[in-house]
Amino acid sequence: MSPLWLLIIILVLAVLGFMFGRTRALASVDDHRKLHSRPNYYGANVAMLAFVPAILLLGVWLVVQPIVVNSMVSHIIPETSYEDAGALNLIMSDVQRVADGLDTAIEQGALTANEARTLGADSTDIRDLLAGVGVALGSNVEPEVLTAAQRYRSLSSTGAWFMTGVILLISLAGFFYAYRQTSGALRARNRVETGILWLLIAAATVAILTTIGIVLSLFFNTVEFFRLYPAREFFTLLEWAPSFSGRGGASKLGIIPLLWGTFYISLVALLVAVPIGLFSAVYLSEYASKRVRSYAKPLLEVLAGIPTIVYGLFALLTVGPILMTVFGDDGLGWMGGGRAVMTAGVTMGVMLIPFVSSLSDDIINAVPQAMRDGSYGLGATQSETVRKVILPAALPGIVGAILLAASRAIGETMIVVLGAGAAARLSLNPFEAMTTVTAKIVSQLTGDSDFASPEALVAFALGMTLFVVTLGLNVLALYIVRKYREQYE
Amino acid sequence: MTDATQPTARSKTSLYATDARTKRRNAAEKRFRVYGIVAIATGLVFLVVLLASIVWNGIPAFTQTFVTIQVELPEEKLDKSGERDLEVMKKVSTFGYAPLIDNALAATLEANGIDSPFSKNKDLRKIMSASAAAQVRDAVLANPEIVGTTQEFRLLTSSRVDGYLKGRVTRDSIARDKNLDAEHLDIVDQLRDLGVVVKTFNWDFILGADASESRPESAGLGVSMIGSFFMMLVVLALSLPIGVAASIYLEEFATQNRFTDLVEVNISNLAAVPSIVFGILGLAVFIQFAHLPSSAPLVGGLVLTLMTLPTIIISTRASLKAVPPSIREAALGVGASKMQTVFHHVLPLAMPGILTGTIIGLAQALGETAPLLLIGMVGFIASDAPDTFVDGFLSPNSAMPAQIYEWAKRADPAYYERAWGGIIILLVFLMAMNILAIMLRRRFERRW
Repeated sequence: MSPLWLLIIILVLAVLGFMFGRTRALASVDDHRKLHSRPNYYGANVAMLAFVPAILLLGVWLVVQPIVVNSMVSHIIPETSYEDAGALNLIMSDVQRVADGLDTAIEQGALTANEARTLGADSTDIRDLLAGVGVALGSNVEPEVLTAAQRYRSLSSTGAWFMTGVILLISLAGFFYAYRQTSGALRARNRVETGILWLLIAAATVAILTTIGIVLSLFFNTVEFFRLYPAREFFTLLEWAPSFSGRGGASKLGIIPLLWGTFYISLVALLVAVPIGLFSAVYLSEYASKRVRSYAKPLLEVLAGIPTIVYGLFALLTVGPILMTVFGDDGLGWMGGGRAVMTAGVTMGVMLIPFVSSLSDDIINAVPQAMRDGSYGLGATQSETVRKVILPAALPGIVGAILLAASRAIGETMIVVLGAGAAARLSLNPFEAMTTVTAKIVSQLTGDSDFASPEALVAFALGMTLFVVTLGLNVLALYIVRKYREQYE
Repeated sequence: MTDATQPTARSKTSLYATDARTKRRNAAEKRFRVYGIVAIATGLVFLVVLLASIVWNGIPAFTQTFVTIQVELPEEKLDKSGERDLEVMKKVSTFGYAPLIDNALAATLEANGIDSPFSKNKDLRKIMSASAAAQVRDAVLANPEIVGTTQEFRLLTSSRVDGYLKGRVTRDSIARDKNLDAEHLDIVDQLRDLGVVVKTFNWDFILGADASESRPESAGLGVSMIGSFFMMLVVLALSLPIGVAASIYLEEFATQNRFTDLVEVNISNLAAVPSIVFGILGLAVFIQFAHLPSSAPLVGGLVLTLMTLPTIIISTRASLKAVPPSIREAALGVGASKMQTVFHHVLPLAMPGILTGTIIGLAQALGETAPLLLIGMVGFIASDAPDTFVDGFLSPNSAMPAQIYEWAKRADPAYYERAWGGIIILLVFLMAMNILAIMLRRRFERRW
């Protein structure tokens, strides 16, 4: 039975449980005011016990069964026919495809279930047979792959039957247990509420699970990468030249040029965003009339709501050509092409202006009025107050804001993919094309590279670096900002 | 005392005349103020330039050049058997239809007294889009009865001709372009004067499917819009309940302990993790590990859900916090349990704020591109709309921002125009969502 049907059956059981539980609770007392909880809680209690344990088990089963079956089947493949874990994986995916193909063949009537079980690789051409039902295979089916596929099918179907049985049993057991317990004295509301509380806790755990998922998926693939490619070279090599033809060997995967590009572009971006953002924030919070503020602030914040793909296109098709007319061959002659550090940096700077300005605005507003008044009382002008009193007081917070902006800039992808170019270069010229960590993650993982090669796996190592760097910056920034806030609270 | 009695050089200072130092200070004050104005003005100028270049470059994508011609559909070419059997008629490919269009175009020229500089009708084909033949073929297969008659068709011209009418392509620029010759443009000029070639609004750009690299004139955003729609369904269905449940726990039930701290730290960090890292997560967990189909809106939706959750949790917690404690105390006072207090009283009051936050989170997710690149929503032509509802989640599709990226990467400049046009559509959606959020806030916001 398919999991979907199973789910529907459990749902029906839960609905029935609700109705029966409610009726039984009402029937157990002569006056419904004698019930401990309101009648619906009794129904919900039965529904909960019929549904929740079964659905949890179903979820776990669906994840675990393929893993168990895979490991049992992989013993069939003789160890002589593959060299490493990667090759075994390929064979196993073949096995899976053949097994799925046999299922499709039975569904379409090209095979009977019995034939699929007994079929030998020598007697029939499996590849033709499966191609006939629309399942294309890359190569001819080896006998051991076919045996494995048949074993896979039988194990899977046995597993599925077990699953159906066990889960229905659990669901029914929960149903009857709760139903039998249902009586006027049962503290049904408390039970249901405890259940809901656990549900809420589970939802809160998703955040932790996401982080764990990120760390694990980065970690394992990074370790895999370092098994194929020396870590020392990755961190010290001054060259980035992945080979696309063969596996390993010829590729030079040094992260330093990418880090340099990332750093350079982020620097340009901050040089644009920080002065503009900071001065805007100071003006808006200290000088601007309420009217100006109510227009200028939301307008600036529109810049933050625009998706990054728009900025990417803006960099590629507007900023690049504009810079080219000034610095290109027709102008000063410094720039070779529209894609350059400046192009990406300036565009990213525009994107970060509202980020810097609204964060600094909050921080400047948090400086106590008493400090301003004190400064004015001593005869300082407004700008002197800002420069000598407010900014120094707000400095830690502003540094935090800039760090947050820097972490944004480092992690930004679309602008650099479209605006910065693809060549990894170690150069000081901001009008040259360079590339960044994020741009290379995209280029190494898109397209049909197989995930076992170091050229693809390097993206995970790059991702790990990116994650660690941005996380470090964020933690530092949040620490500084929080510390600063406490100072004035 | 002695100091005060001594006459000094500065004794002439008057309170009525500003001295040099005050002047300097006032000038500094003025300068500082100007810096601020300049900074804001620069920011606003950037905004204006950005929006102007989007509108300026994107508007042409919504119009398209068509040519209206009478196409003869001879039976002996399209249906030799004469039985109107669809299976047989399908055997005539677009190559069989293209000459008909060439001839129709030549006939139109002749009827209007325009001299064709070409000896063969086939040479006129460069004016037409490569999709024109498919357009005619589809019409014939949809209605086989029209075979043997002459029908009027409104057919797409090639993207070069379209660009010529829009001013993107000039006679100079096609000098080295083998896809079109100046003679073709002469013909197009004359046909335009006659009203045979017209530029009109093009619904196919909004509703149609993507097209191959060589046919920018027939590419549209419709199918990827469907992909985005299904992704947003997934995001909404998952992130709203999970986000609200997590916020309720953290805001109403959690006590200060290790677990709560851990969750809080995780949420604030996840909010700042670069979006591409979520793409890596999606690739490794959902595709490599769980074997979900790559390029599927379901996977995109799952990744975007994880990305939007922190945003939704943060805004939901703020709106739960805004509900005054007196409401809770009143509910508890008349005997409601903690859970009943939250679900019957606090949550309904916080709902407008939660919905506003959710819509803004969805808008963010709708424009997000980077993670979608990693789970394979680019690099192919999203040409088929999903057949069934389930297909919409599982069959490979693109999404609006991914489609725009795809167009921006293609070599033909005609695709740039479409990328800008796509951005206009995307921004219209985002604007609508944000306006909806603002209206919700205005309508339901309560000040306690």
